[in-house]
Amino acid sequence: MFQKSPYIETFTRYFLGFWAVFTGFIFPLIIFLILFYESRLAIQKFGFLQFLTSTSWDPVRESFGALPMIAGTLISTFIAIIIAAPISIGIAIFITELAPSWLKGFVITCVELLAAIPSIIYGMWGFLILAEVMRNKVEPFLQTVLGPIPLIGKLFSGVPTGVDVLTTSLVLSIMIIPFMASVVKDAFNLVPSVMKESAYGLGATKWEVIKDVVIPYTASGIAGGLILSTGRALGETMAVAFLAGNVPQIPKSLLEPFTTITVALANQFTEADTPLYLSSLFYLSLFLFIISFIILILAKLMVLRLEKRWKK
Amino acid sequence: MQERNIEIEVRNLNFYYGKEKALKNINLKVFKKKVTALIGPSGCGKTTLLRCLNRMHDLYVGNKYEGEIIFEGKNILDKNIDLIDLRSKIGMVFQKPTPFPMSIFDNVAYGLKLKGVKGTELKDRVEKALKDAALWDEVKDRLKESAFSLSGGQQQRLCIARAIAVEPKVILFDEPTSALDPISTAKIEDLIVQLKLKVTIVIVTHNMQQAARISDYTAFMYLGELIEVGPTEKIFTNPEKKLTEDYITGRFG
Amino acid sequence: MEKIRLLKRKFLNKLMLFLSLLAALYGLFWLFWILGVLFFNGFKHLSIELFTQDAGPPGLNIGGLRHAFVGHLIITILSTIIGIPIGLFAGIYYAEYGRNSKFFYVLKNITDVMVSTPSIIMGAVMYALLVIPLKHFNALAGALALAMLMVPVICVTTYEMLILVPFTLREAAYALGAYKWQIIKDIVLRSAKVGILTGIILGVARISGETAPLLFTAFSNNYLSFDIFKPMASLTVTIFNYTMSPYEYWHNQAWAASFCLTFFILILSLIAKFLIHYGNIFKNKR
Repeated sequence: MFQKSPYIETFTRYFLGFWAVFTGFIFPLIIFLILFYESRLAIQKFGFLQFLTSTSWDPVRESFGALPMIAGTLISTFIAIIIAAPISIGIAIFITELAPSWLKGFVITCVELLAAIPSIIYGMWGFLILAEVMRNKVEPFLQTVLGPIPLIGKLFSGVPTGVDVLTTSLVLSIMIIPFMASVVKDAFNLVPSVMKESAYGLGATKWEVIKDVVIPYTASGIAGGLILSTGRALGETMAVAFLAGNVPQIPKSLLEPFTTITVALANQFTEADTPLYLSSLFYLSLFLFIISFIILILAKLMVLRLEKRWKK
Repeated sequence: MQERNIEIEVRNLNFYYGKEKALKNINLKVFKKKVTALIGPSGCGKTTLLRCLNRMHDLYVGNKYEGEIIFEGKNILDKNIDLIDLRSKIGMVFQKPTPFPMSIFDNVAYGLKLKGVKGTELKDRVEKALKDAALWDEVKDRLKESAFSLSGGQQQRLCIARAIAVEPKVILFDEPTSALDPISTAKIEDLIVQLKLKVTIVIVTHNMQQAARISDYTAFMYLGELIEVGPTEKIFTNPEKKLTEDYITGRFG
Repeated sequence: MEKIRLLKRKFLNKLMLFLSLLAALYGLFWLFWILGVLFFNGFKHLSIELFTQDAGPPGLNIGGLRHAFVGHLIITILSTIIGIPIGLFAGIYYAEYGRNSKFFYVLKNITDVMVSTPSIIMGAVMYALLVIPLKHFNALAGALALAMLMVPVICVTTYEMLILVPFTLREAAYALGAYKWQIIKDIVLRSAKVGILTGIILGVARISGETAPLLFTAFSNNYLSFDIFKPMASLTVTIFNYTMSPYEYWHNQAWAASFCLTFFILILSLIAKFLIHYGNIFKNKR
């Protein structure tokens, strides 16, 4: 037994090493290569710019342009982030600076549960419950209040259906709040307490300490949290699939149905009947993969920068 | 006569971290425009006592005070005391430099801006504070630079400038030189001696020579109790208690 | 003048802190709304038939979801069996061998990033790898897609748990003349076992609620099937299809299924949270 140990030693090292290289390198590479390979037909046919800028997505005429999906993804993600960011920072402030310890644990658990609810549940609840409330109450209300205002009013034109940009973005924002809040909370916790104390020592109020010391200290962590949530929201599928309406158009109002990259994939992969159609869907996946990979790497770099500076 | 020279008087102070009693029946007078040093082995409660004086402990839950600390005729342990106001009158400098993530100028101006000081008055008072902290000549050409660009000793003097800019009556120093090299330490010690012309100083220090060099009064603490307090010269040459003598002469544990 | 300013500052302080309280309440509001609706509708429609019968014909008020429960279980177990070892192996390597290597530091961070990759991408990849060659949807492709989602999660948590094990413990074992693999097996994994278990539970919780990677891999069907090379129903895909259908009976069944699934996942998350807490107490005692 003892004699064998050196061989086991070498074997273990290479065996574990293989899976480490697989997980961190080969696996992402395989994803990229397969998606790239499967997209080859669409890449040859439409190239890069034409695919990204053409607005027509017409399976019958085999003309595929991704702009409606890309626009839909960007618009819904953007609105979701705008809603979620202040709320998440507020929650993080509440948890780290305000809540008494018994309430702190409760709120943290609730936020974690919000993150643990599967996205299909958000979608189902959004489709069967929230969409109805939006259609009958919230959207007509918004139209009467904001409708007469020039420019902003235009954003709320159209017939309220509840299945539209507004509802989708709202549900998306609820889904990303937990991620954003927990990243911001962790960043806040990295601020050395002596830093806060020295501001308190000058007679600053709690809010002044948060505004002038905590937030500037953690700026890159907060930015990282925002970008991380953007990455999450871009790739969210099921909640959006229920609520977007799946109409490949660039929405002109918040009350119009639209589609996103993920919705197009979810709905059309099973119906793609020609090689070019299928290839275009893979091209969309490839685009989504690359975009979210870049965004997530950016987020990671920002969070790492913060940790390097303060974790010592 | 003597009463009028007292800045802070601690009476029968007990302090608890949760259930643990960290300070036991402390009585201490801090005299105006003098340097009072708190010495003693680690864990004796000297920093805990210091942090009672501006109620820093209130930032954390489960801490409890008993007794009185009289400052400006009021008991600052009273529930109704305005902590914001109290802390702008009793400043604090910490073990490690704590520059805020802003420019050198903004760091010193921070406390003043909170109070609403603006324009040329702000500029003048920042300049004065930096001069008082003996830092002006080194930073006058780079006030807009980040405070992180300063060396450790400069950062600590910046924090002192920040504390004196709001013109507090008292400044609490919590081992301000323990993270610094000997040259920076000497500069800060000089500075503290200069400062006592204007403010009352309470300093916690590990370093007995430092206490002997800069303080007028010394209080020796051990296991949460105040063993002996008196003029520094007397404590270091002719202490009354055996325990104090053992500590001073290094015959301790 | 100065008094007024102080009052203003204090008012702003109170206001902002009040707003942060509102933010927390806003989050709780959605949580309780969603869970409340789910509990109410789901509990109401729970029935024996849900677990004992397969799908009925559309439009008729008969049938259950046994096929979906069984299918979901098979797919989840299969992906767990594939995903856990790979994630564990990689995580152990990053923590025990790769800690001082720049290359593996980068790889570890890429793995971190893979945790948040859109799950539908895994479905697309498995569609290309297994559905196109086999020419039909199959459960194996779905299970593999979920396994690929799980690997980074397990890997990252394993890594994080292992680096918590104090280095002196390893040194003590080295000093006794142990080999590295023996130290990993006997000391490191043993000290971190609660943490690793937590990671596995979180990984299972993560994949058991996934829908997107299954839509066009395992697809769905309406009867009980054990053949992993054929399409197989899962709870999540069935919930999706039933919710989008016009039949109320199917909506009700979707609520009941969502109720079971969500509470299973929430309980897993709470167990994981409890284990982390328990693990921490354990660590402090040592």
